[in-house]
Amino acid sequence: MNVINNVRVALRALRANMLRSSLTVLGIVIGVAAVVALLSIGRGATSNITEQVESMGTNLITISQGRSFRPGMGGLSRSASLLYKDYEAILEKVEGINGISPYYSSQTQVSTTSRTTSYNVIGSLPSYLEVNNLEIEVGRFITDTDNLERSRVVVIGQDVSDDLFEGLNPLGRSIKINNVSFEVIGVLASKGTSGMGSADSSVIIPIRTGYTRVFGSMAVYNGNYTLSGITISAESQDVIDTVMNKVDLVLRSQHKLGLNDDLGFTISSQEQMLSSLSDISNTMSAYLGAIAGISLLVGGIGIMNITLVSVTERTREIGLRKAVGAPQKAILFQFLVETMTLSVLGGVLGVILGSLIATIFTYLDLITAKVTFDVILLSFTSSALIGLFFGIYPAYQASKLKPIEALRYE
Amino acid sequence: MIEVKNVTKIYKVGDSEVHALDGVSLKIRDGEMVAIMGPSGSGKSTLMAILGCLDTPTSGDYLIDAKDTSKMNEDQLAHLRAHKVGFVFQQFNLLPRTSALENVMLPLTYDGTKVKERVERAKKALELVGLAERMNHHPNQLSGGQQQRVAIARALVNEPTILLADEPTGNLDSKNGDEIMAIFQQLHREEHQTVVYVTHDMFIARHTERIIFLMDGKIVRDEKVKNPIQAGTQRPDETLSNGNHNGNHETEEVLQ
Repeated sequence: MNVINNVRVALRALRANMLRSSLTVLGIVIGVAAVVALLSIGRGATSNITEQVESMGTNLITISQGRSFRPGMGGLSRSASLLYKDYEAILEKVEGINGISPYYSSQTQVSTTSRTTSYNVIGSLPSYLEVNNLEIEVGRFITDTDNLERSRVVVIGQDVSDDLFEGLNPLGRSIKINNVSFEVIGVLASKGTSGMGSADSSVIIPIRTGYTRVFGSMAVYNGNYTLSGITISAESQDVIDTVMNKVDLVLRSQHKLGLNDDLGFTISSQEQMLSSLSDISNTMSAYLGAIAGISLLVGGIGIMNITLVSVTERTREIGLRKAVGAPQKAILFQFLVETMTLSVLGGVLGVILGSLIATIFTYLDLITAKVTFDVILLSFTSSALIGLFFGIYPAYQASKLKPIEALRYE
Repeated sequence: MIEVKNVTKIYKVGDSEVHALDGVSLKIRDGEMVAIMGPSGSGKSTLMAILGCLDTPTSGDYLIDAKDTSKMNEDQLAHLRAHKVGFVFQQFNLLPRTSALENVMLPLTYDGTKVKERVERAKKALELVGLAERMNHHPNQLSGGQQQRVAIARALVNEPTILLADEPTGNLDSKNGDEIMAIFQQLHREEHQTVVYVTHDMFIARHTERIIFLMDGKIVRDEKVKNPIQAGTQRPDETLSNGNHNGNHETEEVLQ
């Protein structure tokens, strides 16, 4: 069997049926492009999230005011409050801590003479900057003196600065938080993240100033100042577990809880957060993969439809080719080359289109999509297999017929 | 020479069996020109398909040049179809969207002929049927008669031992049918080409030297034609041109 000759026959047949060939290629292109684009975007999103979490520092431990679930007591109920005293106790008793930062945060009205917006106002200590891996863009951060003197000074995030001052230099200007005047002393460097709880949209004041002038009675529980949370950076990765256990013990003794009692606070490490985030992003990848799989299937069904619609004409063609002396293997080879050509062409175009879509997503700053080789390989192989199966199978059936049966096929 | 020995062909239709051919035996010598006639359902197309190796008999033997086809496998049959038999269909069966030249080249594609030689032989075959000037036309740019001539060129391009045609004029008007007959007679006369065709038109059948009548899967008569009609002769009004199923008195005059 002359291979080049058969390839030529197949290419000629493809050219003779331009519309059918293009539609088949289109089906493959759509399937492959969808898989490449969706999986790349999924991969990009996953690594985006991971990078964001890692940028916050890897040795972080967070203690937050949690709600506990106490069986037999009627479901959810508020547990004991995390107190400023707890912070002092941890600071005194727990070793292996690099930095510790207590904070109280509340969504509060912030206004300039011209605008009023609600921001997440955080009362904290100078350690907040380092523990949270933040940097000052201009001006300075709050100091211990500011805190002791309950100064009305504020450090704002980049987005807040943009929103309130619209490009004007905010340093030295005055803003009102809960109708109390504050002087802007610094602006945080942008972290490039957005949304609730992001440093870019936070407003930071000394915690004592906050307790006395801004947060009011909401921040007091049984005569003690309360906290929203405490952030600790451990000395190293190795001591994280020890520190967490120690913090747990200190909190239990502070709140007079036994070892088996429900603590009511959540103590978690960055690592735990990362692993739960990677669970989430894996779920997301699987979900996107499923959608991509469906698009590939739809593309495959498109190919099958076109093949089946043309099967009458093609069966007659096969009958004719056999009638003029084509052996069965020559016919199979012709269809193999035809479908391979279409699959490869569609696969290549699909990979290009999919990568283009992913690039556009990246370019528009929606998500940094990552086109990886395994994604390309996966989509390419599956499209080739689908194309091959749907292209070859009807041809194989037809090539087994006697020429006269194939010619009379209707 | 081809020889058919006691061939039967049985089709299963649901639960019942249809005997399309029921013990047919015949010999056709090299260089003969033969018409096969019979009413619809008489088995003439089935016989043609078997002669063209497009179908296999249920029982009996079919020999081409003394080689028994009933013992051949698929590839050997494909080889026979490529080299020994040229087949012309009533429906032309040209590949659409493909030029006349490429259609004629099709049989050569499968027998290892070099591309250059393929083109030359295909051009020669098209010249033979008078279509050299239209070799780059697609089938839909050709008339029915021209399409059938392309099909004949395709059947001839491999220089087959035997040229078979199943109702070659069935889809054509009388003028175009006449042209096909002229080509067949010329091939027969000048190239000593063996030509066998099926028709139900007595006028067309009488262009040959021999007419075989089929009825219910059996050969009922096998007659010589005394004075074959020459292509180009005006079709007489009284000649039964269609459905000549009871052509008994009509063939009396051609009986020897």
